[in-house]
Amino acid sequence: MEKKWEELSWQEKREERFKKWLSPDVKFSTPQAEKLYKERVTRHIKAIKLEEPDRVPVMMPSSFFPAPYAGSSLKQVMYDYDALKKAWLKFMNDFSDMDSFGGPALVFPGRAMEMIDYKLMKWPGHGLADDVPTYQFVEGEYMPPEEYDDFIRDPADYLLRYFLPRAAGAFAPLSKLGPLTVFVGIPVWYITQFSDPDIRKAYQALFAAADECGKWMDVVMEVSKASLEAGFPNLWGALNGAPYDMIGDMLRGTAGIMMDMFKRPEKLKTAMERLVPIVVNESVMSADASGCPIVIMPLHKGTGGFMSNKQFETFYWPTFKEVLMGLINEGLVPMPFAEGDYEPRLEIIKDMPRSSMVWWFEKMDMAKAKKVLGDTTCIAGNIPVTVLCTGTPQEVKEHCRRLIETCAKGGGYILTGGAALDEGNPDNLRAVMEAAEEYGTY
Amino acid sequence: MPKDFINLLADLEEEEVIKLTKQRLEDGEEALAVLEDSRKAMEVVGDRFAGGQYFIPELVYSGELLKQITELVKPHLVQSGETKRLGTVVIGTVAGDIHDIGLNIVEFMLNVNGFEVHNLGVDVPVEKFVEKMQETSAPVLGLSGFLTFAFDSMKETVEAVEAAGMRDKIKVMIGGGQMDEEIRKYAKADAYGKDAMAAVSLAKKWIGGN
Repeated sequence: MEKKWEELSWQEKREERFKKWLSPDVKFSTPQAEKLYKERVTRHIKAIKLEEPDRVPVMMPSSFFPAPYAGSSLKQVMYDYDALKKAWLKFMNDFSDMDSFGGPALVFPGRAMEMIDYKLMKWPGHGLADDVPTYQFVEGEYMPPEEYDDFIRDPADYLLRYFLPRAAGAFAPLSKLGPLTVFVGIPVWYITQFSDPDIRKAYQALFAAADECGKWMDVVMEVSKASLEAGFPNLWGALNGAPYDMIGDMLRGTAGIMMDMFKRPEKLKTAMERLVPIVVNESVMSADASGCPIVIMPLHKGTGGFMSNKQFETFYWPTFKEVLMGLINEGLVPMPFAEGDYEPRLEIIKDMPRSSMVWWFEKMDMAKAKKVLGDTTCIAGNIPVTVLCTGTPQEVKEHCRRLIETCAKGGGYILTGGAALDEGNPDNLRAVMEAAEEYGTY
Repeated sequence: MPKDFINLLADLEEEEVIKLTKQRLEDGEEALAVLEDSRKAMEVVGDRFAGGQYFIPELVYSGELLKQITELVKPHLVQSGETKRLGTVVIGTVAGDIHDIGLNIVEFMLNVNGFEVHNLGVDVPVEKFVEKMQETSAPVLGLSGFLTFAFDSMKETVEAVEAAGMRDKIKVMIGGGQMDEEIRKYAKADAYGKDAMAAVSLAKKWIGGN
């Protein structure tokens, strides 16, 4: 008799997820596309399991690059979904030897964000010059320190009634809403609130933005389906982060959370604890929907310099490790992208089950990373973005060659950038694939 | 007991250092003496940061404590004492980039090391850098940037300084997230500094002062 899901070990759960990833629910456009798809996924699975694949897998550091490559701009594709689709498909077809394909889900619909008067981001044409090829986040103390208790009591309630009204102008009236719990038992009192004209206006803005997001999402899904059919695996099964960053980035701000470490350490820790099961649950749902078990996790505020190792071990790592273990126990493969310099953290982060995750590094002595983590964890990185942006294809290729020689031995390595190329010479991306094919065969 | 005060502030003992500040002012001590001790404490904080004993959270906290102390001292200030400065440095995050954490740390470190700092903030247009350099005749310009997009903004800023005829009179240093020696060459800056301590030693090298 088959075991129930919850009775499976994390390795068994992961095998189930790998099987699903290998056989997505699409009709491949050609038998060759299917063959390539399976080869590509297998290449990644072997790297994750610290086995030698046929060659080093490549994760193209391309992010928004398809836009300028197609003669468009980030601004244009944020507003013109047809241009978005064309640009991403052109990139996919022109770089047909890629091991995976990053869809356009991170190119947010500019109009929808305007409709809700979103305040936490600036983007080209909206707070930034038209030609800026990326967005930027507007940090702030959106949660004052005295509201920690409200957040801890009920994060979802806090986000709806306190955070959203501050994060988007159109949602300001939601601060008038009462708690949802009155709904238990007597629904009419809660429903009555929606006769308030301001609250109605907020929800009307939400629905209008939803229509806009729907049009955008149709295109995102269309491109994603086309890429699977053409044989390109998706690596972004889910996107999530570390509890410390979630509170530091968008609720308390960098300076705010740093002060909290001194002035209210216990509240900060409790709030982070509160987020652990929420993050795990959300990632499981996304990964289930996408069919890919990899959870990409950009990390921001635990980097070297931003705190001491002692502070990292006290504040950053414990709840992040809980999240990682929670994901692993669900058969998912966490892949934190450690922004900045994680070299001082290597000895701390190495303590994880063997072959359970991938560490993707930005600035890192990869020889040292291979030495410390190589026996237990697959590593990814870290072609310097300065070389990708301003170097020649030969220089890019040379960097890749050295990385492969340093990291690829025995498997457990994915070649990619330390950050992504937002615009620049397409031959620099081609050089990455060339290097993998020339130097990365096992 | 000024020595205690300096240590308390440098050790970030909030409650005690605030209590002592009030005590000293009540005892009729010169407001300027309290500020001078605060400056010395900030020097210790800067040294500890440079020595790897303190990190950004401690800088942020010490800045907060300094703000509180300054608020307490303000009403007692009869005249403002200008400390002598080694020289002027203009800094800012280049156009298109709104990151300021590193920028503010550079400001802090240059400040505690005796430089007069004009921090132009983030997303600074090329013309604003040029104007400020003309206005202050500062011999050093520090450009900060976190994004790859800033590579070109840095290059354009250096070119604008050159077009304004100031390039041979000033030194340009760059730093921040994605910067490195490659980008120094690309932007035609004089030096790349990997952290705030590098900014201080470059400014000292170019302006003078031990």
